[in-house]
Amino acid sequence: MLNLRAIKCHFQTNGQIVRAVDGVNLDIVKGETFALVGESGCGKSTLAKIILGLAPITAGSMSFAGEPLIKFNKRFRRRVQVVFQDPYSSLNPRLKVSTILSEPMWAHGFKRDEVTQRLELVMALVGLQTNAGNLYPHEFSGGQRQRIAIARALMLAPELILLDEPISALDVSIRAQILNLLQDLQDELNITYLLIAHDLALVQHASDRVAVMYLGRIVETGPTEKIFASPQHPYTQALISAVPEPDPTIARNSNLIRGEVASAIEPPTGCHFHPRCPHKIDRCTKESPPLVAREQVQVSCWVIGSGDLNVAK
Amino acid sequence: MGAESILKQRSIFASLRTWLGFARFPYIAMTVLGLVLVAAFFGSWISPHSANEIDLAMRLTPPAWLDGGSSAHILGTDNLGRDILSRLIAGARVSVTIAAYAIILSGALGTFLGMAAGYFGGWIDAIISRLIDIQMSVPSIPLAMLFVAVLSPGEAMVVFIIVLSYWTWYARIVRGEVLSLRERDYIALAKVAGVSTPVIFIRHLWPNVLNTLLVLATLQFGSVIVFEAGLSFLGLGIQPPDVSWGGMLSDGRNYIEVAWWLITMPGFAIMMACLASNIVGDWLRDTLDPRLKQS
Repeated sequence: MLNLRAIKCHFQTNGQIVRAVDGVNLDIVKGETFALVGESGCGKSTLAKIILGLAPITAGSMSFAGEPLIKFNKRFRRRVQVVFQDPYSSLNPRLKVSTILSEPMWAHGFKRDEVTQRLELVMALVGLQTNAGNLYPHEFSGGQRQRIAIARALMLAPELILLDEPISALDVSIRAQILNLLQDLQDELNITYLLIAHDLALVQHASDRVAVMYLGRIVETGPTEKIFASPQHPYTQALISAVPEPDPTIARNSNLIRGEVASAIEPPTGCHFHPRCPHKIDRCTKESPPLVAREQVQVSCWVIGSGDLNVAK
Repeated sequence: MGAESILKQRSIFASLRTWLGFARFPYIAMTVLGLVLVAAFFGSWISPHSANEIDLAMRLTPPAWLDGGSSAHILGTDNLGRDILSRLIAGARVSVTIAAYAIILSGALGTFLGMAAGYFGGWIDAIISRLIDIQMSVPSIPLAMLFVAVLSPGEAMVVFIIVLSYWTWYARIVRGEVLSLRERDYIALAKVAGVSTPVIFIRHLWPNVLNTLLVLATLQFGSVIVFEAGLSFLGLGIQPPDVSWGGMLSDGRNYIEVAWWLITMPGFAIMMACLASNIVGDWLRDTLDPRLKQS
C-alpha cells in the first residue's frame, strides 16, 4: 500500500550534513499494523515526517496504492493522516473541539451538513460525548485529548494512519484504553497503521510486522512474532534482551551493547552498528550490508549473512 | 540578615507595588487614559474656549489658583492669550489620532512581516530580518528630518515616520512568537490535513499572537505620544495652526522664566499619558501573557 524505495533524507546544520534517514526501503500492506522501532535519534521521526510530506527527501521514491508520490496533493492528504505523541501540543488551545475536528474536512471543501454528520459519527466512534464539541482542549484530560486527536485523524476517512508514539505521553492507566480503541477502529474501518514507537512491549502487543531502525537504516524487518522470538541482528538481540523481565526469578541473559549511538553527522563506515557490535568482522567496517531475506525475516548483517551464525549466538 | 527581616522587606516592596497600582487593576492609570481619550473624542464639547482664540489682553495669565489667575482660564493662557486647557484638549485629539493610526499601521505591517519571516524561514526570513536590523540601526529623528526636508510636514508625515520607526518592534516580537508556534504539532497536523497556508496564518497563528500584539500596542501608545511630541517640538511634526503638546512645549520654551505653566502643562500631559499607558500595558501584559513579564 505504501512503498518506500531507498529513501534518504540528509540536511545541513552548521555546514555539516546530517544523515537522518540513509536509504530505507519499506512496504506496508493494507490492513496491517506495521511498527517502526528504534532508539531516539535513529531517524524514525524523520521518516514519519517524510511520509507526511513535512520533510523533503534527498533521494529515493515513494508510492501510495501503486501511484508514485511526487507531489503531496490533496488527494494523498485525504488518505494519510497522523496521530502525534503529545495531545497537548497537537490540539490548538484556542479552538473549540468541533473546529479542530472539522478543520480537515473544511480544507477539502466538504459541505456543512456533510461535516456535521461525519463529526457526530466520528465522535461516537472514538467515544466522545456529543457536547464535547463545544469545549476547548484544556477542558479535557490527556486520554480524552488523545481521543480527540484520533477523531481528527479519522475525519477524512483515511486509509493509512501514522501513529507517532500514540500512547507514550499518556498515563499508564489509560494507555490500554487508547490502544484498545485503536485496535477496535482498525477492525471496524479496515485502516492500516504505521506505528512508530520505542516501547517494545507495545510493539510486540500491537503490531503485525516490525522494522528495527538504527542510525537511519533498517537493520532487521519481518513478522513481529518471529523477530521477538528469535532476533537475528545483534542490535535487535540487544534491544529485545534489554526489555525488563517481569519475573525476577528468571535470570537475565542480556548481551548488552556498549557505547553510545554514533552521530548521524558522521556515521561509521560500512555497517552503522559496527563500533558497538560484539561480533564484528573486518568486512563490517568497510561495506554496508544489504537487507537479505533469511527465513521469514530480512536482516542486514555480514556476520549472519556469511552463515557464521554461531558467532552471533 | 534574618529570615524575618527578609520577609518584612518583601512585604514592604509588595505593598509599594500594590500602592503604585501595578499588582491590581490600575484604576488611576485607567482614569488618566480615559480622560485623554474623552478629551480626544469629545474635545469640542467640553473645551471652554476655542484652541486658537487669541485674546492679547489676557496674555500670560497664570493658572486660576495663583495670584492674578482668572477662573475663565483654569490652567492660564499663553503668550497670545490662548487658553491652555483648551489647547491641551485640542492637542489630545492630535496625539490620540496620530498614535492610533501609527500603532494600527505599524502593527499591521510589523505583524505581517514578522509572521511571514517566522513561518517561512529561509530567504524570506533573511531578507525581513536584515530589513529589521537596518531599520533599527537608523536613528529616527535624523530620518524624520530627512523626510520632512524632502517632503512636507504634517499629520500624515508624522504617522509615516512613526510607522517606519516602530514596525520593527512588532516584526521582531511576532517573528519570535511564530518561530516557536510553527513547531507545534497542530501546525504540522493542519498541513497534513491539507489546510492552506493563509488559513493556517489566520486560524492558528494570528489568535496566538493577538495577546502579545495588544500588550505591545498599549505599551507603545505612550512611547508614540512622546515621539510625536518630540517631533513637533523640533518643528518636524504638527504645524500651526494645528495644536500639539510638543508644539506647545516648543512655543512656551521662550517664556520659561516668566510663565512656567506654558511648558509645565503640556509636559505634565505628555508625562501622564505616557505613564498611564505604560502602567495599563504592564497590567495587561501580566493579565494576558505572564510569559512576557521579563522582557
